[in-house]
Amino acid sequence: MIPYLARVLVKAVVTLFAIMTVTFIATRFSGNPIDTFLGEGLTTEGRQALIDYFQLDQSLWQQYLAFLRGALSGEFGLSFVDRRPVTEVVAERLWPSAQLLLASIGLTIAISLPLGVLAAVYRKSWIGSAVMVVAFAGYAVPAFVLAIGMILIFSYWLDWLPVVGSSTALHFIMPTIAMSGVLVAALTRFTRNAMLDVLGQDFIRTARAKGLGEMRVVLRHGLGNAAITVISVIGLQIAGLAAAGSVVIESIFSWPGIGQLLVNAAIIRDYPVLQFGVIAVAFAVVAINALTDIAYALADPRIRLGQN
Amino acid sequence: MANLTDAILPRPSNRTGNDRNIIQKAAILLAVLLAVAAIFAPLLTPFDSLEQSLLSRLRPPLGFERHAPGHLLGTDELGRDVLSRALYGLRLTLALAFAGAVLGLLLGGLLGLVAGLRRGWVEDLVMALVDMQIAIPFTLVALLVLAVMGSSLTVLVLVLGIAGWEQYARIVRGEVRRIAAQPFLEAARTAGSGPLYTACYHVLPNLISPLVVQFTLALSNIVILESTLSFLGLGVQPPQPSLGSMVGLGRDYMPTAPWIVLTPALLILLLTFTVQILGDWLRDHTDVRLRDR
Repeated sequence: MIPYLARVLVKAVVTLFAIMTVTFIATRFSGNPIDTFLGEGLTTEGRQALIDYFQLDQSLWQQYLAFLRGALSGEFGLSFVDRRPVTEVVAERLWPSAQLLLASIGLTIAISLPLGVLAAVYRKSWIGSAVMVVAFAGYAVPAFVLAIGMILIFSYWLDWLPVVGSSTALHFIMPTIAMSGVLVAALTRFTRNAMLDVLGQDFIRTARAKGLGEMRVVLRHGLGNAAITVISVIGLQIAGLAAAGSVVIESIFSWPGIGQLLVNAAIIRDYPVLQFGVIAVAFAVVAINALTDIAYALADPRIRLGQN
Repeated sequence: MANLTDAILPRPSNRTGNDRNIIQKAAILLAVLLAVAAIFAPLLTPFDSLEQSLLSRLRPPLGFERHAPGHLLGTDELGRDVLSRALYGLRLTLALAFAGAVLGLLLGGLLGLVAGLRRGWVEDLVMALVDMQIAIPFTLVALLVLAVMGSSLTVLVLVLGIAGWEQYARIVRGEVRRIAAQPFLEAARTAGSGPLYTACYHVLPNLISPLVVQFTLALSNIVILESTLSFLGLGVQPPQPSLGSMVGLGRDYMPTAPWIVLTPALLILLLTFTVQILGDWLRDHTDVRLRDR
């Protein structure tokens, strides 16, 4: 277990380090760091303090070291717009994003697990085909097209749902559905394939042979064993997909989360916010991936003991 | 990790042979139509995609009240012909997607080939990069890069190319390792074939069919990424039309002039569905392992 844990942690740290380096290089590529990292509207002392802290007048290498040192102590610079530490700006957006994310993942699981199981059990009949067509469509429809279509129908034509804001339960409906589209496609497919693998195993035949009902065989023995792989895919794939999706969905519905913040920062070129936002989201995804890897290993001795 | 990614990739469904045939033929026909429309857009479009006509702004498509003659699908907020813009947008979207997909294929294919042939630390390094690419939510990196480097078409193609390279790298490396274990490669080596010759004449031909499948599937993802970035205002810049940016800019007029948004949005759907069906079909034809499912 210890070597496995070490490998997972090293991988996570290296990935984070790579992301920080990429964002550093990307923001320093665009020209003079004093312009791209400080922006307008600072006092002379404040300006000098930032230049000294991040060593912006030094060589690129020293800037990089100063950036890493700042990152370790939680200093990522000030937002161009509201002249506050970017960590504060991003932190405020955390909860709305998390709400939308949790709602979407909840909806995705509620739809995908039953659909995936159905598609596996009835894979030779029209039910299986119908489910796979839905999953297929989910991949082909971009989230923003889905969102725009829903807004057009449910907000402008039928006038049932509000377009912008996040205050009431009604506000959650469209963003949650729009964000879940591609997640449902991914998770349904995955659940189906995991179920197909499990349902072909010998112990399923044994379960049937000892006279268990079909329901119990499929749900208890089938889904029970497929669950480990399904949960791991939620951690490994769905987290990343959702992070990307939130950028689009939040900016369409003016959802006050990190995704909208990042798109706005990209459009008005607020580099410090953009840089820290990307690092923060990447950190979340990498952390979820690492936790999933560890949970997966705890559940599966073959991985834990390094035989796979 | 590798198994997980494989398992959520599209798998063929079990429609009866006839149904599938019809859908596939329709998809091929549509693909040809879309390609022709994109390639010959300058000849097919009744108007210039940038030509404004402020006297006939926000006119609805043919068959509605206040329709402006000649503008089949209506006009936008500056009086530009929606159909012409959509066809030019399709052209640009497809061109960008192809350029991006080819770049990804070259980049990923080369890295995968090197990883599979050289093994050792080179392979470890490439696979570590692949893992990293999978772990990073790429849309965010794309935002950062486009904001920093500006949304020129060159930068956009680079971003779209880097978006999917890791899939090619994984496929090529896997195939190369499989092929490397085959007797004919041993024979070629014994006959004095050098590494480069082996790669080009013995390994590459075996890679073509999995790569064609991956290319087609990736194309649809790249179309979605490009449209999304342009929709957000970070991809193709106005006044140049792309399908995504037309939807993004038309949003403000949705309550009164939905056709501005509907035309490009439906074209995007047509494009992604067509390409996905083609990719699925190619996969069915080339991947024996999936036939039973």
